[in-house]
Amino acid sequence: MIAIIDYGVGNLFSLRSSLSAIGQEVCVTGDPTLIHQAERIVLPGVGAFGDAAALLRQRGLDQVVRGEAASGKPLLGICLGMQLLLSRSFEYGEHQGLGLIEGDVVSMEPVVPVGYKVPHIGWNALLFPKDKPVSPLFRYIREGDCVYFVHSFYAANCAAHTIAVAEYGAMLTAAVAKDNIYGVQFHPEKSGAVGLGILRAFCEIEG
Amino acid sequence: MITKRIIPCLDVKDGRVVKGVNFLGLSDVSSPVKLAKYYSDCGADELVFYDITASAEGRALFTDILTEVASTIFIPLTVGGGIHTVEDFDRVLKCGADKVSVNSGAIRDPSLITKAAKKYGDQCVVLSVDAKRVDGQFRVFAKGGREDTGLDAIEWIKKGVASGAGEIVLNSIDTDGVKGGFDLEMLAAVCDVVSVPVIASGGAGCAEDFVTLFQTLPKVDAGLAASIFHFGEVEIPALKAELSRRGIHMRLR
Repeated sequence: MIAIIDYGVGNLFSLRSSLSAIGQEVCVTGDPTLIHQAERIVLPGVGAFGDAAALLRQRGLDQVVRGEAASGKPLLGICLGMQLLLSRSFEYGEHQGLGLIEGDVVSMEPVVPVGYKVPHIGWNALLFPKDKPVSPLFRYIREGDCVYFVHSFYAANCAAHTIAVAEYGAMLTAAVAKDNIYGVQFHPEKSGAVGLGILRAFCEIEG
Repeated sequence: MITKRIIPCLDVKDGRVVKGVNFLGLSDVSSPVKLAKYYSDCGADELVFYDITASAEGRALFTDILTEVASTIFIPLTVGGGIHTVEDFDRVLKCGADKVSVNSGAIRDPSLITKAAKKYGDQCVVLSVDAKRVDGQFRVFAKGGREDTGLDAIEWIKKGVASGAGEIVLNSIDTDGVKGGFDLEMLAAVCDVVSVPVIASGGAGCAEDFVTLFQTLPKVDAGLAASIFHFGEVEIPALKAELSRRGIHMRLR
């Protein structure tokens, strides 16, 4: 069973359907017992970092996620859910993240050139770092495959854990990984067959 | 680099796709679910669903179909038609839509854009504009192009973006259905004043029209069409391959 963590942000319809479509038994829940029973965990998220981090904390789910991650259970953060895995965010003030992967969430405005629209919305190609083996998360896809992005902030200062980037006038972090913890800035549940391939690979990663 | 998008648009009335379609190999050509899946599988970058139903009964049917479509396809889905209130946004987003397109509802109540953008984010709100040349001005038309609102399209679009619209669909009534190409002049005027993505609609008759669109106006993000895709006059895989061959950045897989 795969648990999608429900902490009151965003629409989990597509995420649930996409995981069902690849044959996964899915449970959308904020219940620590169910999360503990799940074989793997997906942390979704849309909206502002500060609000989402506060909601996670209010429900005690920050500790639950940290605990499960520490036990070696595969964890996938998606979009804002990926950003929450990092150390801190500078979206409207400074906020603490879960600190599972070292890095900062910062605005892309200063790094993307004039003429590039912010938010970065649309299909963009995944590029893999040359100095690392390809992540098991990408075992079913190829470098250059396109995935769907919608975001204005991005993960910086996390080069050691970056497993994919996207070129948008600047190189934006597209995916990170550290041990059993994975994060993708894009929406695999909206990225057609390529996105489903990424979710399938995540579901095959052993804890 | 971000790709240009090709977007088929399905008009759904009382649970069926209208305007007819003539694909080979599709047994039920007016089933929105089958068509949506077909487009998603053949490389459409996004789908637009317009609800052109008049009755409440038909609207409930549309909601059911939308839910089925949203759980079948895994590409972005925009829903429009009959969106007049934030509750309407709620209704279609709960069914799995990613973006909601407003047109007449925003003309009647421009604060709808602001309210929806505040609640769901700018990226969720698409302002769809039907425009036509009147007395040397691009004029906004309402009610499916039947009613001249007197609004200047460029001013209306500027106002919409300032209010929080995250994307513009510009449908030129002058070129719509003519199949002589997109309305480059009108699109250029809009691209000049907004920084959000602009989707061109109305006038595509062949693949070359999309090449011309993206080559002439690099600021246009996407091309939308209905009947040429439905009738198989332009097939999306071939169109995207041709655009890519001509140097336009496309998602090919």
